[in-house]
Amino acid sequence: MENNLQRSLAAAEGTVGVSAAAKIKMTARDARVFYGEKEALHGVNLDIRENEVLAFIGPSGCGKSTFLRCLNRMNDTIDGCRVTGKIELDGEDIYDRSLDVVLLRARVGMVFQKPNPFPKSIYDNIAYGPKLHGLASTRAELDEVVERSLIRAGLWDEVKDRLDQPGTGLSGGQQQRLCIARAVAVSPEVILMDEPCSALDPIATAKVEQLITELAENFTIVIVTHNMQQAARVSNRTAFFHLGDLVEVDDTTHIFTSPKDKRTEDYITGRFG
Amino acid sequence: MNNWLLVCVLLITMGFAYQFGLARSKSVAAGGPGRMHSRPGYYGLLVALWCGVPALAVFMLWSAFEPNIIRASVMEYLPAEVVSADGSQLNVALRRIENIASGFGVSDQPAEYELRAAERMSAVQQTGRLSMYGLMAVLGVAGLVLTLRRITPNLRARNQVESVVKALLVACSAIAVFTTVGIVLSMIGEATKFFSFVSPLDFFFGTVWNPRFSTVGTGDQGQFGLIPLLWGTIMVSIVAMLIAVPVGLMTAIYMAEYAPGWLRSMAKPVIEVLAGIPTIVYGFFALVTVGPFFHGLGQMIGIDIRATSALTAGVVMGIMIIPFVSSLSDDIITQVPKAMRDGSLGLGATKSETIRNVVLPAALPGIVGAFLLAASRAIGETMIVVLAAGNSPVLHANPFEAVSTVTVTIVNQLTGDTDFASPQSLVAFALGLTLFVITLGLNVVALYIVRKYREQYE
Ligand SMILES: Nc1ncnc2c1ncn2[C@@H]1O[C@H](COP(=O)(O)OP(=O)(O)OP(=O)(O)O)[C@@H](O)[C@H]1O
Ligand SMILES: [Mg+2]
Repeated sequence: MENNLQRSLAAAEGTVGVSAAAKIKMTARDARVFYGEKEALHGVNLDIRENEVLAFIGPSGCGKSTFLRCLNRMNDTIDGCRVTGKIELDGEDIYDRSLDVVLLRARVGMVFQKPNPFPKSIYDNIAYGPKLHGLASTRAELDEVVERSLIRAGLWDEVKDRLDQPGTGLSGGQQQRLCIARAVAVSPEVILMDEPCSALDPIATAKVEQLITELAENFTIVIVTHNMQQAARVSNRTAFFHLGDLVEVDDTTHIFTSPKDKRTEDYITGRFG
Repeated sequence: MNNWLLVCVLLITMGFAYQFGLARSKSVAAGGPGRMHSRPGYYGLLVALWCGVPALAVFMLWSAFEPNIIRASVMEYLPAEVVSADGSQLNVALRRIENIASGFGVSDQPAEYELRAAERMSAVQQTGRLSMYGLMAVLGVAGLVLTLRRITPNLRARNQVESVVKALLVACSAIAVFTTVGIVLSMIGEATKFFSFVSPLDFFFGTVWNPRFSTVGTGDQGQFGLIPLLWGTIMVSIVAMLIAVPVGLMTAIYMAEYAPGWLRSMAKPVIEVLAGIPTIVYGFFALVTVGPFFHGLGQMIGIDIRATSALTAGVVMGIMIIPFVSSLSDDIITQVPKAMRDGSLGLGATKSETIRNVVLPAALPGIVGAFLLAASRAIGETMIVVLAAGNSPVLHANPFEAVSTVTVTIVNQLTGDTDFASPQSLVAFALGLTLFVITLGLNVVALYIVRKYREQYE
């Protein structure tokens, strides 16, 4: 076990791609995920820098979502799913027994592939997280949090007159931005997005992409996408996954212009995937 | 020939007809040009159906009308005073004749006219049966031959068999529907008779239930006030729901959200067994165990609790309907999409916060539907209340006292030595109809709510 870790640490040097200048937000060392007996992720080593937008690309079923869910322990909610290895947030092991997973998820928020607003009013959707974590003590403060989050998500102008209407009544793109606002409202440090635009039309997608770029000023963002133009547009760095392995991670421009690995090149030139 | 034997012969004939059809379609296919429309089996089936079904129809029609035809045929042999006698006497006379005709005999010496009538009866029976057999045979052969000759590549046997199957299914569902309609109509009929004795106003708004005993012909009919019974029903049901709703709901939440797979797969059937226990067993459980327990408890804390009371019946009934609440709510809670839970968990909510704030509100309409279904079950429940509610149709608000319910009263009014033309028994139909309307209403509302909820996530 120890040996294994050491070996993969050594091997990781190449793929981790740490730059001395940037502060590291999260690290993964030899992260493996098992669904039952089947190993779906074979030892991933990756550093996520503060305030960067990191994109995960790779063919379907290669483990992008699986790895993303490791980062805020959403894998815990899946029966028979087991995670080994070391994943740290600001140097703290997030799989440590003493760590409160509820607080972890408040620090590492998540936006899902399909917009999933709660069947509540728009206001209550946003206020849900802050209320849980006691981020606002008065109604006025809560109002302010809601307004700020909606402004950040670029949704305020569209919904400010109907905050009491159900969130499920919004359009798909608005719902997704509502979900982003909902995640932003708890002031997380990292936001994980699993294919946030796959259910949206091009215009809504453009809005969400713009939003991601803006959010990157304050948050660290990890985004899974199947759309390579999207990865190229929004991300600083891109990680390529293939069959449960992290093949390569580098500056987005490098990945798309001069990938080191043959598999990456094949994928981005559309030869498989 | 015995009827069963006849049906067997018919079925065997149909089997042969099937084979003929099969063979014929194959030979047509081999000789004729073009492809057959359907596979050989369908032609066989079609021939079998045409051979058997008309014959079967004749048989069923004859069986239905035979008794009437035969009775009509012997009428002329009966002396005038018997024919003009009232229904039951005529029936007795005919029965005697039937017994003589069938060789079963009667205890005393049969009269001359009876013997002649019996002779005539068996003759009619004989010819009737023989002609039926003849007709069946002719129809069978005709169906067989005609259909065999119709077999060509263009005959759409498959579609025709399809419509026969459809007709069969329609007929079966019609049985269920017509039975329901028939029951309702007969209830309405009898209830109308009741309302010719007692005005609906006195029935629906009367606060005293005191039907007296059968007093046909006298002016005094007692009082038939529905309110005390309805109130008893409501009180028992409320107690039952107070038990079943929290326990059932929490069971459902545990089963759907917390229980590990193996426990869930074991505990769910066990809970559902509760619904399978005969209600009479619950009834004497209430009477023998729960009632005395509450009585003792009451004495200990200084309250007067009767052993048979709304409380006893309600508590036991509540236990009985726990599985209705829990298993329906369980299904509904499990149907709330995982995305909804993930959204909440992903924001850092704990499991119970997620359940309280997201899952239950999302499932609420469906859960309310489950409650309503359970309530309608409680309202219609009879056996437990017969044994454990104390049967005292008096209007009061104390659940520790004995009450009577609509269902119990129906049982009381219909059992024992009753005259079915008196308001004392006819009132049972009015009560039944009232109960039916209430539970139907609850069910309709519940199903509407549940369905509406289902659509939400499709
Ligand atoms: N809940 C689960 N139970 C069992 N196996 C799973 C589960 N979720 C994912 N897997 C398996 O893990 C592997 C990685 O799946 P994952 O969902 O991470 O892929 P992905 O890269 O996100 O694919 P996509 O781009 O299609 O979303 C796949 O082989 C998949 O079959
Ligand atoms: Mg995925």
